[in-house]
Amino acid sequence: MAHMNPTPVLDPSADKTMILNMGPQHPSTHGVLRLLLEIDGETIVRLMPDIGYLHTGIEKTCEAKFYQQVVPLTDRIDYLCPMTNNLAYCLAVEKLLGLEVPPRAQWIRVMLNELTRINSHLVWLGTHALDLGAMTVFLYCFREREDVLRLFEAVAGQRMMTSYFRIGGLALEPPLGFFERVKDFLARFPANIDEYESLLTSNPIWVNRTKGVAYLAPEDAIALCATGPTLRGSGVDVDLRRDQPYSGYENFKFNVPVSRDGDVFARYMVRVQELRESQKIAMQALEGVPEGLVKADAPHVVLPDREKMKTQMEALIYHFKIVTEGFTVPAGEVYSPIESPRGEMGYYVVSDGTAKPYRVHMRSPSFANLQSLRKMCEGNLIADVVAAIGSIDIVLGDCDR
Amino acid sequence: MALAPAITDLEQLKERPEVAALLAWNAAAVTGAKFDRNELTIWVDRTCLRQACQTLKDDGVLQYSTLADITCVDWYPSEPRFEVVYHLFSIPNKKYVRLKVKVPGSDPAVDSLVPIWPGANSFEREVFDLFGVRFDGHPNLTRIMMPENWEGHPLRKDYPVEGYR
Repeated sequence: MAHMNPTPVLDPSADKTMILNMGPQHPSTHGVLRLLLEIDGETIVRLMPDIGYLHTGIEKTCEAKFYQQVVPLTDRIDYLCPMTNNLAYCLAVEKLLGLEVPPRAQWIRVMLNELTRINSHLVWLGTHALDLGAMTVFLYCFREREDVLRLFEAVAGQRMMTSYFRIGGLALEPPLGFFERVKDFLARFPANIDEYESLLTSNPIWVNRTKGVAYLAPEDAIALCATGPTLRGSGVDVDLRRDQPYSGYENFKFNVPVSRDGDVFARYMVRVQELRESQKIAMQALEGVPEGLVKADAPHVVLPDREKMKTQMEALIYHFKIVTEGFTVPAGEVYSPIESPRGEMGYYVVSDGTAKPYRVHMRSPSFANLQSLRKMCEGNLIADVVAAIGSIDIVLGDCDR
Repeated sequence: MALAPAITDLEQLKERPEVAALLAWNAAAVTGAKFDRNELTIWVDRTCLRQACQTLKDDGVLQYSTLADITCVDWYPSEPRFEVVYHLFSIPNKKYVRLKVKVPGSDPAVDSLVPIWPGANSFEREVFDLFGVRFDGHPNLTRIMMPENWEGHPLRKDYPVEGYR
């Protein structure tokens, strides 16, 4: 194998075609995505994505950590939706343990997950519009994103790598005044969405650049294992929050935006409407958040409160045991899929009855959705590749893990 | 919430529609089943995998129309060493089912699902890259995460976590 080229190459299939290399250092590939394009004039004949530049072996690392030590690794996978990854992993381990999470923790998890979706979609909208030449939207989106990141900082002490969820609940009760700040943000956010839409939705330049571009038929989307807004933009109505409710999503009322057009504009409309739905869900979670504890009553799994450790011997012993030896998880396997901003984020966790996971596999939406890019681009113009990449909203950290 | 014990007896599970559909198609292909933590797992003989997936996809009621995930578990040093794990999702019924195929370490190969779902392409390349399981009939079975001149398959259990290789 050593004689082989470390990176893939593409040979022209005909005399008149040429190979164009795009990325991995290209501003509109949203990370380190490399595309090999075979072009005939301005038309793409073949497209081959080359990924793996950000592969960090997180799945292998997980096998050497205790269950609770995996949580901080999960938000490094997809740096735009850390809470979603935390939640998917925690749900998987809680299912393995048979652990019930208190309602208050579940509702706060839902609220933070919807804020994460808003955060992720804002980054997507800003950069996608920037790629297609609309600079103002980028600045507006990042203004609101800053508000969300400040909320994350208030609750977790970190803006991006939050690691706020724990197996069995949350790390700690949100600080005083946190819910008022969230309410304040959510109350003014619909007006911000109107602002973005007024800049794009009926803007003739935007419409011309996105309508009818990078079409993906519903049967192709299903066959290519696309999920999330990429699938819903092609008219397939699947949303795991509604179809396989987790973390108490069955208690919330929301619509699932679907568009039948299957083009870049359709995926744009689906995500913009999702921003509105997320605001509604987060508002419902905020208004209905029950009183109670934010951690499950499971001393062998959940770390005790600091105060108790100073006064109770048992709490100190449990803390010492969990930190030094971890906790054992009954043997078995679970697949816990949740709806991340990009699509189906599934954690497949296998336990062999010890304190370390035998196998953790992340089914990441970017990795699966990237396969549709070829279908969207081949036969179309090279200028539309950037629009197509933006419209499937990939995060290369999520793709390569 | 206490854990209910897992049901591992094929006899008790043959009423389940997924198991029943596969048994009706080819009883010899189903080598086991498990219902644990509300998730159904079916073990399929590795020579029949593609037909089994086709059966579940074409079934008029079940309609497992899409593939959610493919991955692998290495049970080194026990044999058969690998278990390739498939998660199928039914869009009309919003249900998951897990299919598993046992693959020996001496000849790690299984049929590719690309003819049924083109989206299996990347997942199978990932399993090939990180576990070294070959997928027969795959159009482009090359490494996807690691560089092409890499030696070894990192997610195998006998691949060291630290130090030099």
